[in-house]
Amino acid sequence: MTRPALTDRPKTTAGMPRRAGPPAVSSARRRRFRGLATITLFLLPAFVLFGLLVLAPIAVAVYTSFFKWNGLGGLPENWIGLDNFTRMFADEVFIGDLQRGAVLIILSITIQLPLSLAIAMLLNQKMRGRAFYRLLFFAPYVLSEVITGVLFTMILSPDEGLANQILGAIGLEWLQSSWLAEPSTVMMSLFLVMTWKYFGFHMILYLAGRQGIPKELGEAAAIDGASSWEQFRYVTLPLLGPTIRISVFLSIIYSIQLFDLVWVLTGGGPVHSSETMAVTMFQFGFKRTQIGYASAISVVMFLISLVFALGYQRFVMRRDTQGAITTMGDQR
Amino acid sequence: MTAHAKAHGRSRFTWLRTISLHSVVLVLGAFIVIPLLFALVGGFKSTSQLSTNPFGLPSPWVPENYTEVLFSSSFWRQLVNSLFVALATTVILVSLAAMAAYVFARFAFRGREFLYTLFAMGLMFPFAVAILPLFVLLRTLGLLDNPFGVILPQAAFGLPLTIIILRAFFRTIPREVEEAATIDGCSAFGFFWRILLPMARPALATVSVLAIVASWNNFFLPLVIFNDPNWWTLPLGVQQFYGQYSSDTARILAYVVLAMVPALAFYAVAERQLIGGLTAGATKG
Repeated sequence: MTRPALTDRPKTTAGMPRRAGPPAVSSARRRRFRGLATITLFLLPAFVLFGLLVLAPIAVAVYTSFFKWNGLGGLPENWIGLDNFTRMFADEVFIGDLQRGAVLIILSITIQLPLSLAIAMLLNQKMRGRAFYRLLFFAPYVLSEVITGVLFTMILSPDEGLANQILGAIGLEWLQSSWLAEPSTVMMSLFLVMTWKYFGFHMILYLAGRQGIPKELGEAAAIDGASSWEQFRYVTLPLLGPTIRISVFLSIIYSIQLFDLVWVLTGGGPVHSSETMAVTMFQFGFKRTQIGYASAISVVMFLISLVFALGYQRFVMRRDTQGAITTMGDQR
Repeated sequence: MTAHAKAHGRSRFTWLRTISLHSVVLVLGAFIVIPLLFALVGGFKSTSQLSTNPFGLPSPWVPENYTEVLFSSSFWRQLVNSLFVALATTVILVSLAAMAAYVFARFAFRGREFLYTLFAMGLMFPFAVAILPLFVLLRTLGLLDNPFGVILPQAAFGLPLTIIILRAFFRTIPREVEEAATIDGCSAFGFFWRILLPMARPALATVSVLAIVASWNNFFLPLVIFNDPNWWTLPLGVQQFYGQYSSDTARILAYVVLAMVPALAFYAVAERQLIGGLTAGATKG
């Protein structure tokens, strides 16, 4: 359960004395032993840590997900088979988590990422203060999600919150809302905060991708009479393909496991209307000590991430293994 | 800016374009800056001023919100904890990852690709997925309320990205360098320690910066591991402070601003490594 056996690897090496062989042993063979010793010694610490703290927990989660277990005292004993999973898929909150995750993913792909792309294209042009804007737009990414969350709780608070104050000052009182405390606006508010924090990150990715495209291509298109929109549509955009696919990938993986921001902003409320899978898992695992059920949610989250990641790599990013960007990165 | 554009019409068009370009960027800049400014200035107000005078400068200025935080021992304690956890994570993570990446980059052996893929797949296991079993495991190991209960998992989860970046970098160092070192009597370890690592300094800086930022901002793991306020890191402290003074907005704003300062200062210093590392990591992940 703890750590997969290293079947691929000869077990001998760690304690092997360096010059154990009799003089007859060829130096080539001695070098080989030394090579194996080095490989084992150098790889083992990382592998132990990774196996114990990354791989083993996944196995533990799978195991405990078949039990009804409050996590106290000893090992789980009450085996209930797949009951946790059937319960999960009959639970409105969990189904709602999936729907809300889908909403966030769709909003990110249709609004946040195009915005990042547009800004990256703007900042790629010659303009005064370009470096400053780049630095500024990326800055929120460096702040912790807790700080971002608390800050926006203040900004979106119904009474002295900045958002309502601004709306009041410009005569849009009818748009005022209690944002995070209102089921109809909470997802929009959450998405707004996510955009504030993350569009700069995607912008930076696009900028790096854009800079990997040779200038000559655009110039050649311009000579052939392409307008700047046509240059973007038929030259830049296709060449940015690999970068865009990666940014979509990261954005979706992030949405699947979203926790910190939601927990700080709303705790999943009001009445589950902003809850995500990770928040539901946390509620059951750490607040209500239904470890078995919460493990089942972890396992489903894991499977969703895994299936998505493998499928995405297989079908969408297939062409990109030697993409323009990868080679650029390798030259660094 | 194109002062000498040939046709008059075109120059006017460029001018218009420049204006619209700037206005778009300015609007977005305002979207980013206003929340931050609101917090900075709001921290100098009293909470009642926040609702009566939301946009103006504070009158009178109330520095107590800031000074009280600065003179509270819990804030500094959290700062030191965050720093300690971040540095310890980085040292452990980068040294283990560098050793593994060296083997993956420089040795040919059976099962290498399998092991490497296993590590690389770790990129897809976010904390949120493993947090509960990790908690159960660390409880069994007696690592709750112990900084290593946060440091070791953080290092473990950082391994995939760090190994990927370092391996790519180690591969760019020409084989001749290694051959020359071997001829001069350098062992594998000697080469790693005295030649490879010094040559890889830029890459090591990049992954260290990524590790520090990730650890500094981590919330989920410390949240479940640290029950004892003496071990709280800054994100936990911010959350706790918010819970404690939730009606005193101005005071919370001051705390939030002060908690932001180290991260922003670090960003100002290490911006190049951070952005370089993120783009390299993303494109290779």
